[in-house]
Amino acid sequence: MTTVTLTVNGRAVSGECEDRMLLVDFIRVKLGLTGTHVGCDTTQCGSCVIHMDGLSVKSCSILAVQASGSAITTIEGLSAQGEMHPVQAAFKEHHGLQCGFCTPGMVMTAVDMINRRGGSLTEEVVRTELEGNICRCTGYHNIVKAVLSADAEMAAGRQAAE
Amino acid sequence: MGVEGIGARVARKEDKRFLTGKGRYTDDMSVPGMKYACFVRSPHAHAKILSIDVSAAKVMPGVIDVLDGHQLQADGIGNLICGWMIHSKDGSPMKMGAWRPLAYETVRYVGDAIAIVVADSSGQARDAAEAVVIEFDELPAVTEALTALEGGSPQIHPEAPGNLIFDWQIGEADATDKAIASAAHVTEIEIRNNRLSPNPMEPRATLGIYDASEDHYTCYTTSQNPHVARLVMSAFYNVAPENKLRVIAPDVGGGFGSKIYIYPEEIVCLWASKKTGVPVKWTSDRTEAFLTDAHGRDHVSQVKMAFDANNRITALKVDTVANLGAYMSLFSSAVPTYLYATLLSGQYAIPAIHANVRTVYTNTVPVDAYRGAGRPEATYLLERTMETAARELGVSPAELRRVNFIRSFPYQTPVIMNYDAGDYEASLNAAMQAADWAGFETRRAAAAAKGMKRGIGMSCYIEACGIAPSAAVGSLGAGVGLWESAEVRVNAVGTIEVLTGSHSHGQGHETTFAQLVAGRLGVPLDSINIVHGDTDKVQMGMGTYGSRSGAVGMSAVVKALDKVEAKAKKIAAHLMEADEQDIVIENGELKIAGTDKTLPWFQVALAAYTAHNLPAGMEPGLKETAFYDPSNFTFPAGCYIAEVEIDPETGKTEIVQFVAADDFGNIINPMIVEGQVHGGLAQGIGQALLENVQYDRDTGQLLTASFMDYAMPRADDLPSFTLSHQNTPCPGNPLGIKGCGEAGAIGSPPALINAITDAIGHNRMTMPATPMKVWHALQATH
Amino acid sequence: MYATSYHRASSVDEAVSLRGTAEDGKYLAGGMTLISTMKQRLAAPSDLIDLRHISQLAGISVEGRTVRIGAATRHADVASSQAIRAVCPAICDLASHIGDPHVRQMGTIGGSVANNDPAADYPSAVLGLGATVVTNQRSIPADDYFTGLFETALEEREILTAIVFEAPEKAGYAKFANPASRYAMTGVFVAKTAGGVRVAVTGAGAGGVFRHAGMEQALSAQWSPDALNAVAVDPSNLMTDMHADADYRANLIKVMAKRAVAKAG
Repeated sequence: MTTVTLTVNGRAVSGECEDRMLLVDFIRVKLGLTGTHVGCDTTQCGSCVIHMDGLSVKSCSILAVQASGSAITTIEGLSAQGEMHPVQAAFKEHHGLQCGFCTPGMVMTAVDMINRRGGSLTEEVVRTELEGNICRCTGYHNIVKAVLSADAEMAAGRQAAE
Repeated sequence: MGVEGIGARVARKEDKRFLTGKGRYTDDMSVPGMKYACFVRSPHAHAKILSIDVSAAKVMPGVIDVLDGHQLQADGIGNLICGWMIHSKDGSPMKMGAWRPLAYETVRYVGDAIAIVVADSSGQARDAAEAVVIEFDELPAVTEALTALEGGSPQIHPEAPGNLIFDWQIGEADATDKAIASAAHVTEIEIRNNRLSPNPMEPRATLGIYDASEDHYTCYTTSQNPHVARLVMSAFYNVAPENKLRVIAPDVGGGFGSKIYIYPEEIVCLWASKKTGVPVKWTSDRTEAFLTDAHGRDHVSQVKMAFDANNRITALKVDTVANLGAYMSLFSSAVPTYLYATLLSGQYAIPAIHANVRTVYTNTVPVDAYRGAGRPEATYLLERTMETAARELGVSPAELRRVNFIRSFPYQTPVIMNYDAGDYEASLNAAMQAADWAGFETRRAAAAAKGMKRGIGMSCYIEACGIAPSAAVGSLGAGVGLWESAEVRVNAVGTIEVLTGSHSHGQGHETTFAQLVAGRLGVPLDSINIVHGDTDKVQMGMGTYGSRSGAVGMSAVVKALDKVEAKAKKIAAHLMEADEQDIVIENGELKIAGTDKTLPWFQVALAAYTAHNLPAGMEPGLKETAFYDPSNFTFPAGCYIAEVEIDPETGKTEIVQFVAADDFGNIINPMIVEGQVHGGLAQGIGQALLENVQYDRDTGQLLTASFMDYAMPRADDLPSFTLSHQNTPCPGNPLGIKGCGEAGAIGSPPALINAITDAIGHNRMTMPATPMKVWHALQATH
Repeated sequence: MYATSYHRASSVDEAVSLRGTAEDGKYLAGGMTLISTMKQRLAAPSDLIDLRHISQLAGISVEGRTVRIGAATRHADVASSQAIRAVCPAICDLASHIGDPHVRQMGTIGGSVANNDPAADYPSAVLGLGATVVTNQRSIPADDYFTGLFETALEEREILTAIVFEAPEKAGYAKFANPASRYAMTGVFVAKTAGGVRVAVTGAGAGGVFRHAGMEQALSAQWSPDALNAVAVDPSNLMTDMHADADYRANLIKVMAKRAVAKAG
């Protein structure tokens, strides 16, 4: 058993776990943050995407002990209680989700994508950037629409702020 | 159309919880004292079990207990069943072999469950599962249906000699053969429908909780139909009587058919909870999902289609062999029979049809309904045959379809179905216009100039949704009725709960069902809650599959609403001293027509519950229940067009456009309907280009057991889609709706393969048309 | 995953000593392959020694035309490095197509090259550039480094610390991804270096990454895609699996090589 210390959604947390415990299991089981999901065993589906030190990563392929010391943002911490981040709002407006299972990973991916490449997204870029996230419900059509819409809105927001 | 009523593009009520990580799926459930299960599974495709030794596993760290099939059998837990009886053409019933929830005599596919380990953590459970020692006597295995039918193949169940489950037929053989013999032209083709794994993103999971103090069981499970699960687990598996068993299907992360069935794991976890005295949770990993979730499709068919001199179809003869896997899953027998062969008339007037279907056991995971279930197989067969015939006859694919379209309704096909409404040419025209079919040859030439091969293909599909009516399906062998129930509960303050036996696992019922009520009563959407997925809350239901929630589930809500409105009008008439016939409900008010006298909805509701001033003899309360049993199937239909560009150097196919023109009748929420079509298209395109379950023919090992080898469609595999809707309202249900959940998966595969064969210049292509296969096919033309 | 013990090393020496005391230890970098393999219980190291926090392994430097990429450099950092892009954009392009965005933000060049997955991208660049694999003990020329499927010249406790290469005159990489896994079903890295033309193929060879002499000769004679038209690719030593047979891979090698040359300009 090892003590893992993290900052999760802005709050310092620590917990004991086996060294083999995956970060996603630590988040789900130890912290009870069940918004982050597991959809495959081979680092492909992206249902488990979170942000670690500001970058999107697949929490199913990182040990909790490996992440110790880092700052984690999960879907639960993306927006204040009761509010929605512009990406979340765009997914709702454009029907970018159906069963909701891949959705937290998709949203965290979209936020990272906009953080890195915001303002320059095209349909082709978004589709390529979604390579690490599998959705079985939407055919991606409305996810792509939602990401492009959120990107445009956030870019407009940045411009207005300048 | 109101802002929030039927026809409005309302954003979904359920979205916020999913978007903020507050969805609650089965694996998210946690109860005090909960432990984790891991199943010990067969590593062999076919073997006798000589012994099971759990002694080492039982003493592993964290292990609560290890249980096997002998104990399950001793406790009287029943075998799994197939719920639809099919008789062979000689009159004999289908040959159903025993499917033990935990095998202890013979294992018949890789992944067959043998024992369950319950431990403190999932890691410890898996460690111990590996320590269970099982002695096997390996037997030869067979994975392909045609091979399994050959003499000398391994015998899988003693009950089914030669591995034949049934040999069934539909239609008129003599008339069909005569028409073929005298035809001006006969198109012959072999059609293979590849085997698929449904792969909802949420893997299956179950949490079994036994409460000894009440002798009561609770089962959280990833189910599309919790009531059917409770019924079957009570009536057939002897887990617990229905009144002692509560089944909850909370948020469910996609189903596509694979979560209709009751699998061994639900049964075993409930039983294990009683045996061990702790709540037991099991969550599948993705490889387990590939190994144990029911697969779909897997047909091989020989087809003959006969034409007269005017290119009119005179007959269709089909001989199909369907692989049902190692055991008969819950609806497996219905899929290649009544959900398949009854659709073989397609959109065409075909005077004579005969289909023969043989179903076969193999050493593979059971095959059952997957999005479309039988109808994609029928559509692929017909539309590939039509395309082939058009090329052979030298007519355009659109022209061949036009001359054969059914044009007057109702239309009785030779294979049971009675089509109630449709306008197939409208969809064909809309699709061809949207795709600029006329301009294709110019685009083909432009592509050729840059060294690319373009092709275009169409598919005109029909499907049957809202499987019904109960008496009819009963006479065809169904073990259950196929109605739906609903309850509309108006609270004393006027807010409303609608309880439905339908289940939403992505379809958006919480929004569309509420739209129906909001539209009818003129009350805000926010004042309506949809309750589903819990057998303790909803009295009864048949669940969601076969695109039935709208046509059947919402029709039940309509019936309950009719009753609620009637009672509310009586109360309002009494309170306003008016004639009941003069009361209308508008904008959340009950109003005397033609006057300005009104009562707000909440006041009528309150009056119903205070019961201080009700009409004489009226019971208090405002809550009504209804069961709706449809009079017929519904028949969505449409036309899909795919245009592809193939890179001849690599064989890679790019979909440059995909057009879908669908007639779903009336539409509740266009945004949600479009989403359903998008998703169906992605799965159909996946079948056509990417997805294929492969077993090793010799060992029966599953070769495609993860996303590393099973190609799931990703965002960059797909285009944005061009959609349109035509509307011939369904005359059979009060809302005029047909169902939209499966169309995309049904109509798209043949459009793709027709486009690809158009591009490569010959007709030899099977699904999936992978880059390697397309490249090899192109070499063949050189 | 089987039980394992995790150790975080802060220096190369500490890592080596931790590995020395482990019964069956493994170095852990980004973990994008190792953790995944362990999850499937296909690997069961008793101990994991995390190299991600060793500052000696971090960083990119470009001096003149000499490029040094620290082993712990993540794919995303290589992809976005302006310094590398200025002298060798091909390797940035290659890095930007490894895995997916999330994998690129964890996975490292050292981990990939040490693992030598036959379908990984980086081995083709290391071999194609004639790079030097620098370890805590020595410098290994790429031609001596890759010894087979998942096999390298690295000794038991040896730690890969950096990849060093001279920027080539021209280079390009083209890959055809496996439709399911998205790993390279065939990837070809071509480079015109001071020491001559090099063509390295990943994802296709039955023995892992390899150089193709015929293509190198043809491109030495004439650096253009068309120069490869007459080159024969022998399928006999290529992999056959359900996604691609050897004949198809032989074709892909040629097509990807031509595209890589075209990209290189």
